[in-house]
Amino acid sequence: MSDAAKPPGTTRTTGGEDGAAGTPERPRRPLAPLTDMLRPRLTRGQLAGALLSLVLGFAVVAQVQANNHDTKFATARQDELVGILSDLTQRSERLRGDLRDLENTKAGLERDARGQTALEEARRRADDYGLLAGTVPAQGPGVEITVTDPRRAVRAANLLDALEELRDAGAEVVQVGDVRTGVDTYFVDGPEGVLADGRFLPPPYRILAIGDPHTMATALGIPGGVVRTLRGLGAEVTVTPRARMTVSAVRSG
Amino acid sequence: MVALIGLVAGVVLGLVFQPTVPLWLQPYLPIAIVAALDAMFGGVRARLEGVFDEKTFVVSFVGNTILAALIVFLGDQLGVGSQLSTGVVVVLGVRIFSNAAAIRRKLFGA
Repeated sequence: MSDAAKPPGTTRTTGGEDGAAGTPERPRRPLAPLTDMLRPRLTRGQLAGALLSLVLGFAVVAQVQANNHDTKFATARQDELVGILSDLTQRSERLRGDLRDLENTKAGLERDARGQTALEEARRRADDYGLLAGTVPAQGPGVEITVTDPRRAVRAANLLDALEELRDAGAEVVQVGDVRTGVDTYFVDGPEGVLADGRFLPPPYRILAIGDPHTMATALGIPGGVVRTLRGLGAEVTVTPRARMTVSAVRSG
Repeated sequence: MVALIGLVAGVVLGLVFQPTVPLWLQPYLPIAIVAALDAMFGGVRARLEGVFDEKTFVVSFVGNTILAALIVFLGDQLGVGSQLSTGVVVVLGVRIFSNAAAIRRKLFGA
């Protein structure tokens, strides 16, 4: 390898010195080995090399094309694939349930001459939207959260955090103090304390949230979450899951 | 020359027949290809240095590809398949580069 690094000029100078001997060394072109190698020879070994090259070329093309087909799943390992598959299964089950519900509704509507089903459907929807908009009282399982604030350190932002955390955890209906929250609920720091939707909230703050109690309690209690932050401010927080509770406050719409 | 024709013919055949890689081969083919490329470069280098031996070439070509695939297979069985294939690719890549450097020095003297 090291003698290969010798520049071609070296051989030429020595050739020039010996030139008087009458055997002038043929000036080697730099690519001479390449042309020498490319000279076709047909021996058994050459054929074997050709065959192996053929296999290599074939395999390269096959692999490149296989890679082009599905880059996402071909490189995924078994556990990733299992995760994707179970996600898809869950989703398709949920969609199938939706489909069944919608088909039931459709069949009911078609059978229905006097508009009874349509009326029921409309009432059900009115209830759903009323719950979401906060215009009707609600009942169900949920959590009750009490925040005592002896140092008056809890700000509007903390209560907003709590509300957002509850919504993320699937709370359907939330009441803070005696204010029923809706899509446009706001919290402001007033001179006396926190105002929610323009109404003064006297501490201790009492939050009622209807939804899955376990999920909401877990979401509130995560390290660095709402409960930790509030306790860091010197507030006392208790989260009580309830199997059944009533949210009676309503928004006037 | 004949090897070069073989390579081109292989690519053309692959393009014509549009082969699909069988499922059991899919994790091992890329590694085997890298090993084969390494053997290829090694062969060219040996040829340029004048020490090319057909038997060595064929045996190293076949042996290296099978060995590389076997290592990855073993890694898959042990649960370290992806790490081990990365390792194999790194080692073979280093070899390919050193072979390519030797070829370059032979051809261009630099």
